[in-house]
Amino acid sequence: MQHYSGFGLLKHSLSHHENWQRVWRNPTPKKKYDVIIIGGGGHGLATAYYLAKEHGITNVAVIEKGHLGGGNACRNTTIVRSNYLWDESAALYEHSMQLWEGLAQELNYNVMFSQRGVYHTCHTLQDMRANERLVAANRLQGIDNEMVDAEQLQKEIPTLDCSKNSRYPILGASVQRRAGNARHDAVAWGYARAADALGVDLIQSCEVVDLEVNDGKVTGVKTKQYGVIKADRVGCAVAGNSGVLAKMAGFELPVESHPLQALVSEPIKPFLDTVVMSNHVHGYMSQSDKGDLVIGAGIDGWVGYGQRGSYGIIEHTIQAIVELFPCTSRVRMNRQWGGIVDACPDASPIISETPVKNLFFNCGWGTGGFKGTPGSGHLFAHTLANGKAHPIAEPFSIKRFHDGALIDEHGAAGVAH
Amino acid sequence: MLHIYCPHCAEYREEEEFHAAGQAHIVRPLDPDACTDKEWGEYLFFRKNPRGLHHELWVHSAGCRKFFNMTRDTQTYEIKEIYKIGEKPSVVDSSVPQEIASGAAS
Repeated sequence: MQHYSGFGLLKHSLSHHENWQRVWRNPTPKKKYDVIIIGGGGHGLATAYYLAKEHGITNVAVIEKGHLGGGNACRNTTIVRSNYLWDESAALYEHSMQLWEGLAQELNYNVMFSQRGVYHTCHTLQDMRANERLVAANRLQGIDNEMVDAEQLQKEIPTLDCSKNSRYPILGASVQRRAGNARHDAVAWGYARAADALGVDLIQSCEVVDLEVNDGKVTGVKTKQYGVIKADRVGCAVAGNSGVLAKMAGFELPVESHPLQALVSEPIKPFLDTVVMSNHVHGYMSQSDKGDLVIGAGIDGWVGYGQRGSYGIIEHTIQAIVELFPCTSRVRMNRQWGGIVDACPDASPIISETPVKNLFFNCGWGTGGFKGTPGSGHLFAHTLANGKAHPIAEPFSIKRFHDGALIDEHGAAGVAH
Repeated sequence: MLHIYCPHCAEYREEEEFHAAGQAHIVRPLDPDACTDKEWGEYLFFRKNPRGLHHELWVHSAGCRKFFNMTRDTQTYEIKEIYKIGEKPSVVDSSVPQEIASGAAS
């Protein structure tokens, strides 16, 4: 792998940047792999990378229907935080956060991780109580999170309307200062490049049409382009299409796929150096390095695979943003899109074995999968390498929907991400 | 934005008046105490989530507040039919056995 550095940039500028190595190979698949990962998004690529790096399993293929990082990896609003309520999820997301903190160095790829803080605004007494409880829980878990009152909040974010005149006046906010955002494409590309360098085959434009299951055991995947490719173990990290793959394997999942929309404005001068989210008026916003406002919406309530949603959701989101930041009322929106998120009933993900032997699923991340990318890959790699879950991932088994040990994160995470 | 026909109001209304209430034809076990944890968990949480035809329950929440069923394509979002509670869908996925598609009872 060609090492990236400031010096390299200078050196290549002398040859007009024409001699850069290709970032990853474009191999034809082998007949058989130790592990096949279906889904070349952030989670799948991270899984492949950690399988090769931490577990020494390099005979691995990542099979992607489209192009790498072309699904939800490039459709999210890039927020990274770990202030979840329950111990199980706090451990999971904090595991991920700690990997985020060293990720650019580890991958030798600038993922532009920026710990600019994430604020959750509170508009009612109930909001205040819920956030104070969250802050207290996080302190006990060893995760930074603190409350600020409206006056302090106004000083920290001058453009936010903290006056008493708004329709839903802000009473305060919780803020995790280690939280922030990252460049979403770079995360997928960085993991892809590092995994490829360790010998992982990244197979793009290759659609899985069926799973080969014999005697309750998966033995390979059937693809449209290359026929059957055998594998000892198969891991699925396909987000919105998890239900479709589960159907191929002959079981149902406790997930439903919904469109989740986001939008960006035209680029404007820097005016917001942090991330603000409000569960009450239901919107969240940050400003990208290009200057466009990155705005997130809620999911459409019905099942949808179309990567687009209804306009009503966009309208509600924009209302919320203008409520929070009245100065944005005349900003024009540039682009709007949707991604398919697979949501679990308890708003927590599934990293689990399945009723089919040697087949594992990493799904159900719902509206908050981006922040989980490194941790998800790291833990799922452990599951695929050992055939059983890492202690942090253990509570996230599919079994919890049978024994009732749900990890109900709706309060902390079910609305805004 | 979906444009939905409410069979009770006998009119087309905009999606915002409605609320999607999830998969239709889920039958509550007659004797919950007799269910195993697995059966009860599956009744509560496990869903078909199809990419294609889906039978789903809707409520006209900002209108007549009555429930009805819809068959919709989850990929094109096209609404194939609207039918009342207690009725069977007439548009069904031929690859799925009929009794599974419409549930044992409606």
